[in-house]
Amino acid sequence: MELYRQTISELRDLLDRKEVSVKDIVSSIYQRIDAVEEKVKAFVTITEDKALKMAEDAQKKLDSTEKQSSKSLLGIPISIKDNMCTKGIRTTCSSKILYNFIPPYESTVTSRLIEQGYVLIGKTNLDEFAMGSSTENSGFHVTRNPWDLERAPGGSSGGSAAAVASDECIAALGSDTGGSIRQPASLCGVVGLKPTYGRVSRYGLVAFASSLDQIGPITKNVRDAAILMNIISGHDPFDSTSAPLPVPDFTAVIGSDIKGIRIGIPREYFIEGMDKEIDTSIKDAIRKLESLGAIPVEVSLPHTGYAVATYYVLATSEASSNLARYDGVKYGLRAEGKDLIDTYMNSRAQGFGAEVKRRIMLGTYALSSGYYEAYYRKAQQVRTLIKKDFEDVFKVVDVIVTPTSPTSAFNIGEKTADPLQMYLSDIFTISVNLAGVPGISIPCGFTSNNLPIGLQLIGKHFDEESILKLASAYEQATDWHRRRPLL
Amino acid sequence: MKIFRDEIEHIALLARLSLSVEEKELFGSQLNSILEYMEKLKELDTKDIEPTSHVLSLLNVMRDDVPGYSIPREDALMNAPDSTDKFYRVPKIIE
Repeated sequence: MELYRQTISELRDLLDRKEVSVKDIVSSIYQRIDAVEEKVKAFVTITEDKALKMAEDAQKKLDSTEKQSSKSLLGIPISIKDNMCTKGIRTTCSSKILYNFIPPYESTVTSRLIEQGYVLIGKTNLDEFAMGSSTENSGFHVTRNPWDLERAPGGSSGGSAAAVASDECIAALGSDTGGSIRQPASLCGVVGLKPTYGRVSRYGLVAFASSLDQIGPITKNVRDAAILMNIISGHDPFDSTSAPLPVPDFTAVIGSDIKGIRIGIPREYFIEGMDKEIDTSIKDAIRKLESLGAIPVEVSLPHTGYAVATYYVLATSEASSNLARYDGVKYGLRAEGKDLIDTYMNSRAQGFGAEVKRRIMLGTYALSSGYYEAYYRKAQQVRTLIKKDFEDVFKVVDVIVTPTSPTSAFNIGEKTADPLQMYLSDIFTISVNLAGVPGISIPCGFTSNNLPIGLQLIGKHFDEESILKLASAYEQATDWHRRRPLL
Repeated sequence: MKIFRDEIEHIALLARLSLSVEEKELFGSQLNSILEYMEKLKELDTKDIEPTSHVLSLLNVMRDDVPGYSIPREDALMNAPDSTDKFYRVPKIIE
């Protein structure tokens, strides 16, 4: 048995029954990394020394408990997207401007993982500051899709998704502003969940677009996503936008009956020109859900066609403001100039990559005097309409079912020359962030050239349980999630 | 054409980005095509629509005014490219 291939719950059993040690598991993971990382390049920083130390601590705790461990991640190897602060461990956002940044504090999500005894395997690659849909915008290197090394893993959490898909860790955390967990999960054939806005604390997540960003799990199956959700969810006094609501046990819905659940099929998501194989797979998946007792209902989200434009006004505006802090004074790269303004301008010119500069320019323009009403305010109003679309549909259905991405994994370099083409690859995921609702992507098939296809399930505000329930029922009735790339 | 060359320079200054001649060219044309795509928002009548700045109906979050933990000064200065023992150091700003 290859330990690196296992899931969180499988390893939990093995560890609690003392059949394996934490060291066995962690060594297995690093052997796997030695074997495949050169091809996949999922990581910015590999934290092996730290991991061995954490593994030792976890083992001590395990040895001191007789019965089952109450800490669900004790000894479990997990990797973290490199835009979440890990105290004392370099956190770069895959940007040259933060190439040497060592956080003096721990993000809330990783604090909670530490409390549960996790083992940090490494910090994963992303599009610089999470701006992109392919991980090609990393300031350091391009991550490759484990299913076809000539193709992109999606993004921006491409490193996390590729690391999970290639068994370089057992699970990972990503962040999702416009699809950055779900789209790479779809393109890499793994499970990715974006929680409701406010469900998970953003404290210590380097801000991109604060009204849209959420952290969530990327895992090998739905149960593992539920396990991680149990840990990372809940109110945090350090994030005033985190919701003071109770957190249910998300694992309780795994394997439960979905009879009578009403699933909405929005006609705007089944459009002319969509990849034929994806269309077929999604329709097959809907039939499968129906055979399990779900009731499909055709619905309409009429403002879907405006989501990408709305998103790129709002996200770039928020980004231009959030990224003002990188000035070469407090941390990161400094490029001296003749005076202070010149130092700011040079530091930012040398530190940021092309896509980040482009978005800062776009956001600055949209917020600048004379244009604010036409762009930013207009987009905020359209956001209200998009949100209302979801509220209306959720009066008649429990969950919305769509493709996660209009295409399977695209070639590296295919979309980099035309930013707008790249932006349109998020067409099915962006509305979910604008409305603030939760969404999950699960594997639902493969194209003829063996590339994964993802099914997206969207729920009501704070109803992650329904999408997890439906996702788990589908997963238990199919085998897609068991397939692994040959590396 | 929505943004002209002199506007690109103005925005770059507002954003504190020094751009090369090539970048000004490239971003100019790319921003123009992106803004053209965004024109479609104008198709929608939003006269009486409230703007959404936040998706949850959370009210202001208050706390008692008591000092809590904050990052020690030496930790806060740890990542600074240039600092004294108490301050960040920057190029001279007063003549």
